[in-house]
Amino acid sequence: MKKYIMDMKVTENLRLHQNYCLLKLSPEEELPEMLPGQFVEVKVDNATTFLRRPISINYIDRSKNELWLLIQIVGDGTLSLSNLKADDVVNIILPLGNSFTIPAEANGQELLLIGGGVGTAPMLYLGDFLKKLGFSPSFLLGARSAKDVLQIADFEALGNVYITTEDGSLGEKGYVTQHSVLKNKRFDRIYTCGPKPMMVAVAKVASEASIDCEVSLENTMACGIGACLCCVEKTTDGHICVCTEGPVFNIKKLTWLN
Amino acid sequence: MAELNVNIGNLKLKNPVMTASGTFGYGLEYTDFMDINRLGGIFVKGTTIEHREGNAYPRMAETPAGMLNAVGLQNKGARYFAEHIYPEIKDYDTHMIVNVSGSTIESYIECAEVIAQLDHVPAIELNISCPNVKEGGMAFGVTCQGAADVVRAVRNVYPKTLIVKLSPNVTDITEIARTVEAEGADAVSLINTMLGMAIDVEKRRPVLSTITGGLSGPCVKPIAVRMVWQTYNAIKIPIIGMGGISNWKDAVEFMLAGSTAIQIGTYNFIDPAVSLKVIDGINEYCDRHGFKSASELTGAMMK
Repeated sequence: MKKYIMDMKVTENLRLHQNYCLLKLSPEEELPEMLPGQFVEVKVDNATTFLRRPISINYIDRSKNELWLLIQIVGDGTLSLSNLKADDVVNIILPLGNSFTIPAEANGQELLLIGGGVGTAPMLYLGDFLKKLGFSPSFLLGARSAKDVLQIADFEALGNVYITTEDGSLGEKGYVTQHSVLKNKRFDRIYTCGPKPMMVAVAKVASEASIDCEVSLENTMACGIGACLCCVEKTTDGHICVCTEGPVFNIKKLTWLN
Repeated sequence: MAELNVNIGNLKLKNPVMTASGTFGYGLEYTDFMDINRLGGIFVKGTTIEHREGNAYPRMAETPAGMLNAVGLQNKGARYFAEHIYPEIKDYDTHMIVNVSGSTIESYIECAEVIAQLDHVPAIELNISCPNVKEGGMAFGVTCQGAADVVRAVRNVYPKTLIVKLSPNVTDITEIARTVEAEGADAVSLINTMLGMAIDVEKRRPVLSTITGGLSGPCVKPIAVRMVWQTYNAIKIPIIGMGGISNWKDAVEFMLAGSTAIQIGTYNFIDPAVSLKVIDGINEYCDRHGFKSASELTGAMMK
């Protein structure tokens, strides 16, 4: 897929809570085709941030020509992004990386999309993409506590939503892999994104139940286009770039469970 | 409109702006963003005779105005390059220059011999300054004896333009530059990355899997400019300057310090099309300052 460098105007920047913002951006030209699981590299204009920030695509609103980025405020770079105001201009490289694999046939496919923390971000666009193709995706969202579960209404508009929180303030108490739906319902495929320990645990559950599973990695990266070879993941084919051959990998390709 | 072409030994460049090894892949990674044919040259990813998996992740740490990397020369080997990558890049209208690395003198020779067979690769950049491999690499580039041995050996088997990439991790870069000039190098390129280190204080662990790594980006620029200037005053062969160039002004600074041409490295990650802006900026600068040719900029600093 052709990649573009685009200036985009901030249409809205919502502080979802203390640590998260939802940045909505729109370029003058039409947004190019983008697939669920892909990400963008955002240029940050402040005195301390050097590299672009890789951020996964949270949602594409075609009617408004709008790209949504869900951003967790971790350091100076993401803090600057959270402070952007409407009409500010941001330079973006997109679309980057591969995408989640969509099953050929929607009929009878039970798909579970598991997101932890800010890892729920790509699941919204994936869920929307799947629903428009006739699938009925289910979502399992995990977070520390109720206030950290983001965009619940948007997910509920797309399918069944199951929730776990570590403190039990919303949904079932515990981690996503402890949720009862994993015991009570049979899924054909799991897609997941979140902290690595969570994804490893999900991969293990999926592998033991022989469920096809794709994970989306967020290795530290510099270029985002396969030039610097900094973001590599060890796979069955050796070190490969997460930014170009990922970020989505089938767990069979990774060496996590070996 | 100034004349932008410059010469590195027998190698004629359409302009002095090239992209640095390890920051521009094989050029193909950037074709969506720019016309790579406009570049003076492309230094492709560091190549060794053997397939190398490189170092373990994590390999990168952002720093103020730069980054540390510890990639460790990941590449599929010179023969794979010759068979699978070279055919894809050989017909671009720019110079594809291969950065050659090794762990022993024999492996440098063998790699240079494979690359010498490729008609559309007019030059190699001998990497005697990679800080991220255990054996070889920088070990050759930090002593005059090591540099002399490897340059002499490769010069014997490589008839085309031989550029030697120097390490800044030395007490006196001019000694090494004089040595490689004496051994028959056609040009030197400098600087490679500076050895650096970062610690995650919360985890009390090094950020990089290799503990230390190579520092690059605007933070190293003043050191690189100083080393280019010192080297310019010490040798007669052309210098290709690099280290933190992020705009035309930086490029001109390197040329005034004594560079005949320049390479843009880390900043390709921030702005993939920066190199074309640098070409235009050099041209505009020459016009504004009454230089008819970019080659007049080399060493043109007023004292």
